[in-house]
Amino acid sequence: MNNMIVFPMILPVLTAIFLVFIRKHILIQRWISVIVMLANVGLSIVILLHVQTEGIMRLDFGGWEPPFGILFVADSFSMLLVVTTNIVTVVCLLYAMFSVGKEFEYMFFYSFVLFLIGGVNASFLTGDLFNLFVSFEVMLLASYALIAFGGKKIQLKKSIPYIAINVVSSWIFLVAIAYVYGTLGTLNLAHLSQIIAEEGQTPILTVISILFLIVFSLKSGLLLYQWLPASYSAPPTAIAALFGALLTKVGIYAMFRIFTLLFYHEPQITHMLIGVLAGLTLISGSIGAIASNDIRYIVSYNVIIAVGFILVGLAIGTNTAIEGSIYYIIHDMIVKALLFLIAGTMISLSGSPKMNRMSGLIRNYPILGWLFFIVMLALAGIPPLSGFIGKVLLGKGAIEAGSYVLLALSFISALFVLYSLLRIFMDCFWGETMLSAEDEPPLRKGILFPLIVLGVLTFALGLAPESIATFVIDGAETLVNPSIYIDAIFDQ
Amino acid sequence: METLMIILSGVLVTVATYLILSRNAVRIILGTALLTHASHILLMTMGGFGGTNVPITGENGADYVDALPQALILTSIVISFGVTAFFLVLSYRTYKELGSDDMYILRGRRNE
Repeated sequence: MNNMIVFPMILPVLTAIFLVFIRKHILIQRWISVIVMLANVGLSIVILLHVQTEGIMRLDFGGWEPPFGILFVADSFSMLLVVTTNIVTVVCLLYAMFSVGKEFEYMFFYSFVLFLIGGVNASFLTGDLFNLFVSFEVMLLASYALIAFGGKKIQLKKSIPYIAINVVSSWIFLVAIAYVYGTLGTLNLAHLSQIIAEEGQTPILTVISILFLIVFSLKSGLLLYQWLPASYSAPPTAIAALFGALLTKVGIYAMFRIFTLLFYHEPQITHMLIGVLAGLTLISGSIGAIASNDIRYIVSYNVIIAVGFILVGLAIGTNTAIEGSIYYIIHDMIVKALLFLIAGTMISLSGSPKMNRMSGLIRNYPILGWLFFIVMLALAGIPPLSGFIGKVLLGKGAIEAGSYVLLALSFISALFVLYSLLRIFMDCFWGETMLSAEDEPPLRKGILFPLIVLGVLTFALGLAPESIATFVIDGAETLVNPSIYIDAIFDQ
Repeated sequence: METLMIILSGVLVTVATYLILSRNAVRIILGTALLTHASHILLMTMGGFGGTNVPITGENGADYVDALPQALILTSIVISFGVTAFFLVLSYRTYKELGSDDMYILRGRRNE
């Protein structure tokens, strides 16, 4: 049974390798990748349910008992993220089929996407610091290829800074790993947590933890986000949606793991710092979101605001706040994918990313317009949609802990999110239509279907949050009490 | 020995930082390659030097060096090799498409 937890990583990777050999058969490639990802969704749900009944699962590769070998660990938090990742990927693949075009599909598009997902899932599942680094690199290498995919001039321009900044942050990651190994002599997360708890978090460990904070801030776009809007606006829509939905979340996940499992003994330094960074991210992200006239930039800045919002939960660090963050991560993965897909569809329909070049789209494409309206409400946190529950819990946690500044910032930022998207809605969907009935480009059903799936998901998550409540509560419980995680690794 | 290696690693980081901050794409790539090598040396130093025997468990009382950092470095070298190769190809393609490898020219206008 425990062997199952390797599947979310190994299935996409093996399939990706297989797809390389059937380059010419696009139809087969499409369906194999969708079917494999659907199987992955099913498998990860089975694992999630199993974790719920049997407790945290682990898989020691090669039978090397922890702390000596490398291992995969599946707890509720990581499995929730794996399930959501796989669902979002299926939808983005469906969208990609109808939108990216043959020339992309011939050039191993599906292989790269599957490699990316393999890396993302591996980052969620690994129980070892160095493996986390390797999974990050697998994910990033696929993303380097995808960001330059198609080789348009704008993509080539934006990809060089993207790669450079990621290589530098990987370097910091490696340095931090070297310091941890030099100080504590192990890289297994549970073992590290145990040693730090026993011997105390010495000042040198706090410094190392700040190195980790810098790394994951770069990866997730916490204040160090200057690379993000430009790079996320360059690639084709389906790829941008995957990036916006998944890549920053991996950094956020790593930050939650590291700062709840390892470095939680000096919250007045580390968690304070995270709080300050999250607050600044909320402020500057909000300014960015309302400053731009380019839809792609507005949605990219919305990613940044969400990162700040989620990490407010980590900075507060109470059980309720972390529950809120987990809800919000899941919500954000789904809704950001939808937002990016809608924005990309709007751009491809009207032929320009600028707001002032679009008008009256809702008359030509009513379903698209209403979907955008739903996304807007979901991101603002209006009740029947998925953003609400996360915001309520996070706010409750903030009040309990007395962090009123963060509370105010995170809720004011929601207004900016609403305003920035409302501007798009009013400028692009309302107003005089610029396209007459004859020359409007047709919106294919195949493109609309994935959008509707995500729209339904955000409704479902909003109406029935109790369907995932048990998992979220369990996930937060494990994060707040590291002993549960440690015991699961060192029993047997 | 450790001190010497740390200083060497520091020198490499200095050189790499200088290269990365330049305008030329090839220099940036060389800088990133050097940067990862600096961290490899750091990793090796963290494992400690010394040891007179091969690292095989079960050899009683054998004085061997910690083998784990070597394994980590090996993995990291492979990754760094892949990334550098990809980066070089990408910048070559960029040069062919855009006719320049100067970051000031590649930067373009804001909100492009």
